[in-house]
Amino acid sequence: MSKRLISLRGKDILGLETMTVPEIELILKTAEEMKAVIDRDIKKVPTLRGKSIVNLFFEASTRTRTSFELAGKYLGADVVNIAASASSVTKGESLRDTLYTVEAMGVDVIVMRHSAEGAAQYAANVSKPVIVNAGDGAHEHPTQGLLDMFSIKEKKGNLAGLKVAIVGDIFHSRVARSDIWGLAKMGAEVHLAGPKTLMPKDIEQAGVYVHHKVEDALDGADVVNVLRIQRERQHKGLFPSAREYARIFGVNQTRLDLAKPDALIMHPGPMNRGLEISPDIAYGDQSVIQEQVKNGLAVRMAVLFLVLMGGKDIETTA
Amino acid sequence: MKLLLKGGRIVNPAEAYDQIADIMIENDRIIEIGKELNAAGAEVFDAQGLVVAPGLIDMHVHLREPGLEAKEDIASGTRAAAAGGFTTIACMPNTKPTVDSAIIVSGIVARAQAEGVVNVKVIGALSKGQEGKELSEIGDMILSGAVAISDDGSSLDNNLLLKTGMEYTSMFDCPVITHAEDGSLVEDGVMHEGAVSAMLGMKGRPAVAEDIAVARDIMLAEYTDSRLHIAHVSSKGAVELIRQAKKRGIKVTAEATPHHLTLTDEAVKTFDTSTKVNPPLRSADHVAAVVEGLHDGTLDAIATDHAPHAFEEKDMEYKQAPSGFTGMETALGVILTELYHTGKFTLLEIIERMSTAPATILGLPAGVLKVGEVADITIFDTDLEWVVDSKTFYTKGKHTPFDKKALKGKAVATIVSGKFVMQKGEVCK
Repeated sequence: MSKRLISLRGKDILGLETMTVPEIELILKTAEEMKAVIDRDIKKVPTLRGKSIVNLFFEASTRTRTSFELAGKYLGADVVNIAASASSVTKGESLRDTLYTVEAMGVDVIVMRHSAEGAAQYAANVSKPVIVNAGDGAHEHPTQGLLDMFSIKEKKGNLAGLKVAIVGDIFHSRVARSDIWGLAKMGAEVHLAGPKTLMPKDIEQAGVYVHHKVEDALDGADVVNVLRIQRERQHKGLFPSAREYARIFGVNQTRLDLAKPDALIMHPGPMNRGLEISPDIAYGDQSVIQEQVKNGLAVRMAVLFLVLMGGKDIETTA
Repeated sequence: MKLLLKGGRIVNPAEAYDQIADIMIENDRIIEIGKELNAAGAEVFDAQGLVVAPGLIDMHVHLREPGLEAKEDIASGTRAAAAGGFTTIACMPNTKPTVDSAIIVSGIVARAQAEGVVNVKVIGALSKGQEGKELSEIGDMILSGAVAISDDGSSLDNNLLLKTGMEYTSMFDCPVITHAEDGSLVEDGVMHEGAVSAMLGMKGRPAVAEDIAVARDIMLAEYTDSRLHIAHVSSKGAVELIRQAKKRGIKVTAEATPHHLTLTDEAVKTFDTSTKVNPPLRSADHVAAVVEGLHDGTLDAIATDHAPHAFEEKDMEYKQAPSGFTGMETALGVILTELYHTGKFTLLEIIERMSTAPATILGLPAGVLKVGEVADITIFDTDLEWVVDSKTFYTKGKHTPFDKKALKGKAVATIVSGKFVMQKGEVCK
């Protein structure tokens, strides 16, 4: 073990594919400290006073945007929300020009949500402020991946060696992809389950196990992360009906009984109760779904703090 | 007016000729090929250490004129061709308006004579407006100079229209060129479907979409006894289908692009829209199959699918950017670097695929060095090392996946009808 300075200051947070294990560890450790702030009576700390953060959301979002907004505000930064609801093309202004406009106002961090995969990378290429990816299409949602890891680590103590099942629409899920990159780096074993029509072809080459019987993924699992099923996927013919999905892939108590007795139930929200997850387990003793939201806030506070204020010494094996 | 190309390595695939010799040109014709020709009365071009080849032909180019001049026009596109060493190019009909009548064919030919610096051959649309509904005036266009018929860019999902289009075109001994990707399978796909798209979260254009379209096109060519040319082959399944079709004697030819011969879908990980193209860059196993197909003669020609777009069109989120990029100014360098200097192909094989074969497919009196023929000649240096800088391109389209790449081999002079149109990278007019 040696001490090494890990710093995220000025770094774009685009995805977990490109993040190193020490960087992930630094964020998770910092988030522990941030979580204590959330429970204070007076939450506001002056750490990021004088810093400005823009939430630039090209897609509708309530929980992620609110989470980033409160994260910035609890740390004392000025936070502005821009709901650029339409895509840059239909809006008439290019993404480059929108970014230049925000940049010209002296913004320190742009938190960006966009429907196009790679939009965050593009933003990082063309603009100077730090870019924090709050979801780019079906590509990555790094802070969600980090909060999922934080939530698991908090309950299980570590990530290495755990069997984590991710169930549902893997194809359209940026959450799944960030989870896969992050969990694999931290030594967890990732098992994906879902209909073949919602499973990206050849994804097993990313070092994960693929199942089309949800029972196989849940068998002996330490963590069960259930993804949202969007009803529009049914309209596109990717599965025949909601009731068939619930019957074959829905996670309920009977299926959860296959997992370890202390297995965690997770969901990135918003939930379709009765479709991908049954209400009894969503609100049951094993569920950490509410806690995930709180942890998300802590992780985003940690990320904003680290990209603006730098890093610190952490123990590494490097 | 005489011009002597002295002491070059003459590579003439039509006669399997690869020797140091001289070529004498008078006016627009080659008048003598031989050793130590008498230089009296001739301008002398010292070709020692250089390759002298029949002019390169790019049978798949989007010149964008008329109507899309922000992307390219005949003046800029033909200069890009000359800079890349091409003496003849064939332009695709997806302009505005579409090239679907004789008057537009004649118009492009006339504009090319006025504004262009290389030979321009026109490919007419198979359907009116490329809408896939009614046949365009195919015969009229061919009689006005069109050298092939194609709805390139779309896969023509209407089987009946493609069948009648092939039957009709075959009366004129002219090939139908198809863009083979099944429409329903690639609908909103932006890249090759496989391990890379799986983790980028992007919608795929699976190889099987190309395989299905190629299989159908071959079946219809066989059934209608017509000539089929398949553009930009990129999947191993397609290569194998074409290989089998040729064995069965079906009149099918095919082309491969420099990018499908050398780049994989890993390039898309940058989200650089310069890697977005249809059919998409595929995985390494497909690339290897395309190279093998080009080597064993399954694929006949190399063509660039030069598809320029304006800066603002490509400066976009990946899924919203148009497909295609420029290719004429990098093609020879990429091919020499990746296929010749690696020892995979001989110079005779490369020139055959970049000049002789496309001339044969399009029925052009070109692609050979022969006394009495028009002097369309490309002179290149196989060892010239250079770095691609798209800012210096003659084409208006500055997007290319080869930007900043170090290449070995470059055209140093382009001669069209006996006159230099490019020397040392500079287009002469």
